[in-house]
Amino acid sequence: MTISAVQVRGLVRTFTLKGVLNGIDLDIAPGEFVALLGRSGSGKSTLLRALAEIDHEAEGSGEIRLPERLSVIFQDARLLPWMRVLDNVLLGVPGREARVRGRSALAEVGLAGRERAWPHELSGGEQQRVALARALVREPKLLLADEPFGALDALTRIQMHALLRRLSDVHDPAVLLVTHDIDEAILLADRIVMLDDGRLAADLPVDLPASGIARRERIAELRALLHRLLGVEEAPADYHEDTTPPEPAALGRAI
Amino acid sequence: MNAYSDLRVEPITVQKPRSVPKQRLSPGKPARYGILLGPALLLLYWTVLSVTGWLDPRILPAPWTAITTAIELIREGRLQENLAISTWRAMTGLGFGVIVGVTLALLSGLSLLGGYVIDGLVQIKRGIPILALIPFMILWLGIGETMKITLIATAVFFPVYINTHNALRAIDLRHVELAETVRLTRWQFLRSVVVPGSLPGFLTGLRFGVTASWLALVVVEQLNATSGIGYMVTLARNYAQTDVMLVGLVLYALLGFGSDAIVKQLERGLLSWRKTLGR
Repeated sequence: MTISAVQVRGLVRTFTLKGVLNGIDLDIAPGEFVALLGRSGSGKSTLLRALAEIDHEAEGSGEIRLPERLSVIFQDARLLPWMRVLDNVLLGVPGREARVRGRSALAEVGLAGRERAWPHELSGGEQQRVALARALVREPKLLLADEPFGALDALTRIQMHALLRRLSDVHDPAVLLVTHDIDEAILLADRIVMLDDGRLAADLPVDLPASGIARRERIAELRALLHRLLGVEEAPADYHEDTTPPEPAALGRAI
Repeated sequence: MNAYSDLRVEPITVQKPRSVPKQRLSPGKPARYGILLGPALLLLYWTVLSVTGWLDPRILPAPWTAITTAIELIREGRLQENLAISTWRAMTGLGFGVIVGVTLALLSGLSLLGGYVIDGLVQIKRGIPILALIPFMILWLGIGETMKITLIATAVFFPVYINTHNALRAIDLRHVELAETVRLTRWQFLRSVVVPGSLPGFLTGLRFGVTASWLALVVVEQLNATSGIGYMVTLARNYAQTDVMLVGLVLYALLGFGSDAIVKQLERGLLSWRKTLGR
C-alpha cells in the first residue's frame, strides 16, 4: 500500500456552522489532485475546514493525518489590506532569503513587478493569484482550496484553471479542491469525490484521454454521471442525444 | 492608381474629448486647505461686525484687539509662559491617558478574563461624568499638578480605551482564520493582524482623546491654578479684561485645532493603505 499524503478515518462532525459529516474515510496520494463535489450543505466546506484545522466550533470525532506543510486558499483572496502584496505572500514566512522566494512565487502567478502594490489596487483575479502565490511559497505537500474561483468572472476563472493546473504540476502538492462546478472538477482533477449528506457518495477517477473524440466522450460521460449523482438536470446543449448515460459501475466506484 | 483611389473620403466629425467623469456619489476631490474655509468665514463675520460697531467691544473685542493684546502679552512674557505650562499639562495627561487606555484595551480585548474584569468596570465608570470626580480627586490628590494631570488623563482614557477596545473586538474572523492556516505565532499575529487591524479605531479614539485633553485642561486650570492659560483667563475675568480673556479663548481654539490637525495627518500617514471616500 502506498503512503498517503492525507488519511482520514471515520471523520464525524455533528455540530458545525456549515453542515455535518457522518463518517468520512478518505485517502489522497502525494501529488494527487482531488476535486470534492457536492451540493450546498453536503459537507464539502466542513470537510475542508476540518482538514485545515480551523473548525473550532465543530464537535465530532475521527482521525486525520496530514502533512506538516499545508496551505489553504479561500474563496475570497483574504489578503491583509494593510500589507503590500509581497508582504502578504510572505505572511508568517521568516528570513531574508524568503523575499527572493516570494518574488519568484509572484512571478510564477504572473504578478512580477506588483510586489509593492496594495491589495485594493489589484483586480479580483489578481488578488486570488496573490493568494495562490502565498500558498505556493510555503512549498506545501497539501493544498486545500475552498471554491477558490467561485467569486471570479468566467474568463478569469478559465485563466486561473490553467494556472492552478500548471502550478500543481510543477510543485506537485496533493490538492483537495472543493467546488460545485462539475466542469471545473473534470477539467482539473485526477479524481472526483462526491459528498452527499455528510457521506462519500462517489469516488471516480477522471483519467481523460489526451485529446480527440475519446476525450470529449469521456468528458460527456463523466458530466452526465455527475449530474445524475448530484440530482440535477443537465443543460441539453452539452448533451449528445445518442449517448446513453453509462452505468456508474462502468466509470468508477460509486458508493 | 490602386483599387481604393475612387473611394470618397467621408469627413468624420471628431467628438469632443470627454473629460474624466465625476464620481457622482462622492463629494469630490478635497482641496488642500479647504478645511480652513469655515474658520475664515467666521473670522470675516466677526471682523465685519466689529468694524461696523454692531459688536460692543465690552461684549466681544475685535479680532485685531486679540492680536495686539497677544503681542503685548508676549512682550511681557506672560503668554508663552502660560502657554508652555498649559501645553505641558495637556500633553502629559494625554500621554498617560493614551498609555493606560491602550494597555487596558489590549488586556480586555485580547483576553477573556481581562474583558470580564476591566470592561465591566470601565462601562460603569463611564456613566460618571469626569467633572463629578473633581471633589474626590482634590480630596485624594490635593490641588497640585498631580490632580490636574490625573483628571486630564482620565478624560483622555475613555475615548482611547473604548475605540481601541471596539476595534480589537471587531478584528475580522476571516483574518484570524488566515493567521491560523499560515501558522502565525501569537506575536506575529499581534504584529501583522491585531495592531494594524485596530489602528483605525485607535486613531479615532486618539482624536477624541486630544479634544478631551484640552477640554479637561480648561476645567482644571480654573481650579485654584497659579499658572496656565486658564489662570490667565480667570485673572483677566476678575479685572474685566475682555481682551485677555479673548486671547485665552483664541489660544484654546488654536491649540485644539492644531492638535487635531496633527492627529489627522498622523492618520493619513499610517492608514495610507485605505481607500475611502474622504481622501
